[in-house]
Amino acid sequence: MKINRIIKTIFMADFISGLLIAIKQIFKSKKTINYPFEKGKISPRFRGEHALRRYPNGEERCIACKLCEAVCPAQAITIESEIRKDGSRKTTRYDIDMLKCIYCGLCEESCPVDAIVQGPNFEFATETREELYYNKQKLLENGDKWETALAENIKADSPFR
Amino acid sequence: MTYLSSFFNEFYKIIFLLLPILVSVALIVWLDRRVWAFVQKRKGPNVVGPFGLFQTLADALKYIFKEIIIPASANKTIFILAPIITLTLSLIAWAVIPFSNKLVLANINVGILYLFAISSLSVYGIIMGGWASNSKYPFLGAIRSAAQMVSYEVSIGVIIINVLLCVGSLNLNKIILAQENVWFIFPLFPMFVIFFISSLAETNRPPFDLPEAESELVAGYQTEYSGMMYAMFWLGEYANILLLCALGSVLFLGGWLSPIDIYPFNILPGVFWMIFKILGLFILFSLVKAIVPRYRFDQLMRLGWKIFLPLSLIWVVLTASFLFFLDMLPKSG
Repeated sequence: MKINRIIKTIFMADFISGLLIAIKQIFKSKKTINYPFEKGKISPRFRGEHALRRYPNGEERCIACKLCEAVCPAQAITIESEIRKDGSRKTTRYDIDMLKCIYCGLCEESCPVDAIVQGPNFEFATETREELYYNKQKLLENGDKWETALAENIKADSPFR
Repeated sequence: MTYLSSFFNEFYKIIFLLLPILVSVALIVWLDRRVWAFVQKRKGPNVVGPFGLFQTLADALKYIFKEIIIPASANKTIFILAPIITLTLSLIAWAVIPFSNKLVLANINVGILYLFAISSLSVYGIIMGGWASNSKYPFLGAIRSAAQMVSYEVSIGVIIINVLLCVGSLNLNKIILAQENVWFIFPLFPMFVIFFISSLAETNRPPFDLPEAESELVAGYQTEYSGMMYAMFWLGEYANILLLCALGSVLFLGGWLSPIDIYPFNILPGVFWMIFKILGLFILFSLVKAIVPRYRFDQLMRLGWKIFLPLSLIWVVLTASFLFFLDMLPKSG
């Protein structure tokens, strides 16, 4: 046992096997992706930037039930609502403080009408904090911008909900 | 007039040696990072220029434009002098490295002694930098580095004696020509291994990068340096690595000699083979960097003094008696 060890040390057996492994690794395919040009695959459940969705006829989905506001563990959501002339209850204010948000996805899960969702976008860094206090207009814009991806993701994930 | 012309002659020679070395240092840093990345299944620098070749130039440009910060408590003169000494020493050693039969800046008779003297001096840059920073991490790094370089210098010296016994000359070109029949790596293979490991320690490369062990000493003797001064340390370090690769190929791999003296190989110029061998050794350097963990300091000292030094001394006796009893000692002169 001990002599074995000494022979191994003298001939640097461990070092040479390590070197061979290293040389083998050199010729294997690389795992790096050139990030801004290539992007990694993300799951349909990915919890990225928030968006408020609309019905196909342009009506907002949100019914101001405030479930998301209630469930939000970081208390990042603020909602104010009123009854519109046609009798439906709609939000007048829907703010998300993206700096408070912990991206847990509970708002999306609690929403009965799939209005507030978290999309696949994760590249919304800004230069000032103020730009990250999202209001209703910004969220609706996001919804319009990402609608195709959002609808696809919701559909892909629907069997598991 | 003749004096002036010979001065310019020498000057041009130096520029023609220095520029390729600085450029190749830049490329070698790229190669080092690239090999390191490839072993770890990464791509490494590949954005700036073709295959990321200009990455080092971009880094150097960044360093040039950065502010040089000199700590208030530092000894200013020595602090500034240290990186200059490191870089200068690692560059002047190249004067005696032969790239082919004729292509050598100074074909002096004691070339190997000169190289050895210069590489012993190069520890001063590090010690001065560490001491002048007047701060704990650089100081500890410098102490470690001094101890490490001094102890491995000894075994490198003894290994060189082994080679010199077989050659009978201190001239680097003669050392290379003595390897025409067989490279010294074959008869002196254990010495080559010890030389390689010692040169890793000599240049503060992993697994012996204790002077700049990030997890313990921040960046060792470079901690307080910034901007161009840091870049000079870094250039000096890589020029030193290249130098030891060159020394290894001169002593053991036959320098600018082609591996086999047959048609397609021996028409290639010596420079090609020299660069080829240096590159090969350097790739081994960077492969080692990618696979080994760092030594503990006492292990490092034990390896140097208790294993390498006795082993290489025994080998000197063996080589000498072998050559003496088989009557193969080189003729003096």
